[in-house]
Amino acid sequence: MTIALETKNLEKQFGGLRVTRDLSLKVEQGARHALIGPNGAGKTTVINQLTGVLKPNSGRILLEGQDITDLPVHRRVLRGLSRTFQINQLYPDLTPLETIGLAVSERLGHGGDWWRRMGTRNDVNDEIADLLTRFHLLDAMNEQTVTLPYGKQRLLEIAVAIATKPRVLLLDEPAAGVPESERHDILAVVGALPRDVTVLLIEHDMDLVFSFADRISVLVSGALLTEGPPEQVARDPQVKAVYLGEEAVDV
Amino acid sequence: MTAILTNLFDGVAYGMLLFVLACGLAVTLGLMNFVNLAHGAFAMAGGYVCMVLVNRMGWPFFAALPLAFVSSAAIGIALERTLYHHLYARSHLDQVLFTIGLTFMSVAAVDYIQGSSRVFINLPAALQGQFDLFGVGIGRYRLMIIVICGLLTIALQLVLAKTRFGSRLRAAVDDPRAASGLGINVPQVFALTFAFGCGLAGLGGALSAEILGLDPYFPLKFMIYFLIVVTVGGSSSITGPFLASLLLGIGDVAGKYYVPKMGPFVIYTIMIVILIWRPNGLFGRTAAR
Amino acid sequence: MSAASDVGYNAQRQARWHYGEIAFWLIVLSCGFLFPSRYLIMTDILRLALFTMSLDLILGYAGIVSLGHAAFFGVGAYAAGLLALHGIINEPVLALIAAGLAAMVLGFATSFLVIRGVDLTRLMVTLGIALLLEALAERFSNITGGTDGLQGIEMQPIFGQIPFDMFGKAGFFYSLAVLFLLFLFARRVVHSPFGLSLRAIKNNPLRAAAIGIPVNRRLIAVYTLAAFYAGIAGALFTQTTAIASLDVFAFERSADLMLVLVIGGTGYLYGGLIGAVVFRLLQELFSTITPQYWQFWIGLVLVVIVLVGRQRLHRWVLYVPNLILRMVAGRKAVVAVPEGDA
Repeated sequence: MTIALETKNLEKQFGGLRVTRDLSLKVEQGARHALIGPNGAGKTTVINQLTGVLKPNSGRILLEGQDITDLPVHRRVLRGLSRTFQINQLYPDLTPLETIGLAVSERLGHGGDWWRRMGTRNDVNDEIADLLTRFHLLDAMNEQTVTLPYGKQRLLEIAVAIATKPRVLLLDEPAAGVPESERHDILAVVGALPRDVTVLLIEHDMDLVFSFADRISVLVSGALLTEGPPEQVARDPQVKAVYLGEEAVDV
Repeated sequence: MTAILTNLFDGVAYGMLLFVLACGLAVTLGLMNFVNLAHGAFAMAGGYVCMVLVNRMGWPFFAALPLAFVSSAAIGIALERTLYHHLYARSHLDQVLFTIGLTFMSVAAVDYIQGSSRVFINLPAALQGQFDLFGVGIGRYRLMIIVICGLLTIALQLVLAKTRFGSRLRAAVDDPRAASGLGINVPQVFALTFAFGCGLAGLGGALSAEILGLDPYFPLKFMIYFLIVVTVGGSSSITGPFLASLLLGIGDVAGKYYVPKMGPFVIYTIMIVILIWRPNGLFGRTAAR
Repeated sequence: MSAASDVGYNAQRQARWHYGEIAFWLIVLSCGFLFPSRYLIMTDILRLALFTMSLDLILGYAGIVSLGHAAFFGVGAYAAGLLALHGIINEPVLALIAAGLAAMVLGFATSFLVIRGVDLTRLMVTLGIALLLEALAERFSNITGGTDGLQGIEMQPIFGQIPFDMFGKAGFFYSLAVLFLLFLFARRVVHSPFGLSLRAIKNNPLRAAAIGIPVNRRLIAVYTLAAFYAGIAGALFTQTTAIASLDVFAFERSADLMLVLVIGGTGYLYGGLIGAVVFRLLQELFSTITPQYWQFWIGLVLVVIVLVGRQRLHRWVLYVPNLILRMVAGRKAVVAVPEGDA
């Protein structure tokens, strides 16, 4: 089995506080891997290090065997590592068409193109159309993002990440805050992600985790508590102890 | 050698003055993340109040100084309550535009009322001239500035570190939402702090008439100096701005003395180099990355 | 229509020319024939419009707040002045380009400072650079003429054919041509993927990087481009007035520039033109009321604009034009000011 994403002895401190402790994580190619943990376990800090927003104090990050620890955010994206954000991080003034158009242009290397107008490249247009259709955004393509309903914004959030054609996708609580009526769309989209995309899911919602993941890592206080297939993790008394009072773990 | 010491002395006096002038801005920025480019206008107001009291109404200089503080603080709190507090949540661009507007208005208004030429405050004889200390020329007025500003700095530190208001202020800086959860009236703390910062600026303005020169263009001329103090010093404590002020004061005096032809060039260059090296200021919090 | 061609059509929605735009430029051009006695003030407005367009590129599109944009204006102004004074490049258009390039080099060099740090550091650094240049120009008075400025500049004919006349007619049409060409260029750039990525960066730099946009490189590019525009505006100033003095670097110039842009609205390129007209009218008005203290009223305008809110103000201002357009063309919000907070 090849390893898509790997961390080696990752360590991050804020002041004297160790928020990531000696974390070694392996995500296999094509896996549906979930990273769970109680509030304040440092999940978001891990994501931020993986994507390059934060720099670890020590340790390495490997993407498909290559060291990416020192690459800036956008370079990692071009290498095939993308993420979605827990709280919507979109462009309020831009439309879905423009948002996705940007991501596609950037990936195809036309992002720095300052002379050719948007919308005049057929390869870009085709891909935008395909993504807008797949994510049910075709009708809303000219609306300002800030005016879209929350569920649509979540879809756009995922669509943008997909537009970068990631080989490894980090999903940070994709269904957080989405009303029940719109959840189905999100779950369907997440479930329909192609198998060649490796997914690392960071999630609170245990239903989603256990219906989706084939492997689970549990993070507590910045360190790896346990790791294994869902059934094993669900039975683990340590995990139960951690989640006691937070959320019941049942399959 | 004595020339160096005299320059150092003058530089320290200048730096301390700058600190009193600018520390209010450091607090506004650090506390409320509010870019107040009109800070110099409050200093100017204090300076002019002092001038009118001393020169026109015959008040003693030392009696006029507290009034310079009080009047600037009063203007500060009036503006904070009526205008400024609407803008805390706005973008930096709006804050910049608004405070530039206020600065322009203050410049033109003072020009209209008092004329455009530089004004001097009549000083008591005891503060004029200088005396020799082991061959080092010590200006009386500058010595007084060092004493007053030094005492103020110590008092500020104590207020921040020891008093109830200080701990409330620090709580409000660290996390306004948590602070208001603890029953701290954050807007009130903000308003008082803002007014206090303006008052200090007013006092600084009154003291600086002799050294920096006081005219209607004061807020524009010294805007860059206040900004340097805050950006170089960082706004997370008052120690940073204090050290930055001293550095700026000594550097400026030395630059004007040793390389007079380069004018303010020295200061700007140092500032830019420092900001390349440490974008968050010499003594600022290091950023997360 | 297939989804893809639909997407292509909609993606170019903003980039297509609207009738209103064509009408706008025709009106500007016709002013040149309608008011032959007003060439000097109209040229002044065109220069200001170009300078403001430069600020719009960095502030309105990329969200960089600058307090010292006059630095580039000043470099362009002095470069054009020196080139003409010493007869290095006599032909105005070539000199104009050379002056723009000089400002561009400075813009590129200083962009590395500007992309670092937060808004406050940017304000500081931009202001500092302008003041630094002003101090330099004062210091090297043997080159710049110090406080007297460059004097005795004589402009040669444009392309060796069209001389600058004393009524400013040639200067006006020359400036208009330059402005229009640079406008076309800017219009093209802002509707490209590059221009769109700037808006993304302004909206959310964190997310921009997360879809693979090299944020710093884009900001450096647009800052450099804006410096070129500002340099051209400065050079036009020198070429059409035959003076260059220290006040080209003044803080007031940078501050006025912000006001012009804010009056006109950010992020749609026409803000500079509209703002420049309104600003000059206001300035005329205020200086007839109180010649010496018009700065007070300019300050008041700034304060009121911010307190009322820029967006609300633009809705009010555009209410009538939109109403007319809606009745005539049956479309809604034809003149819209896309504006987010910088």
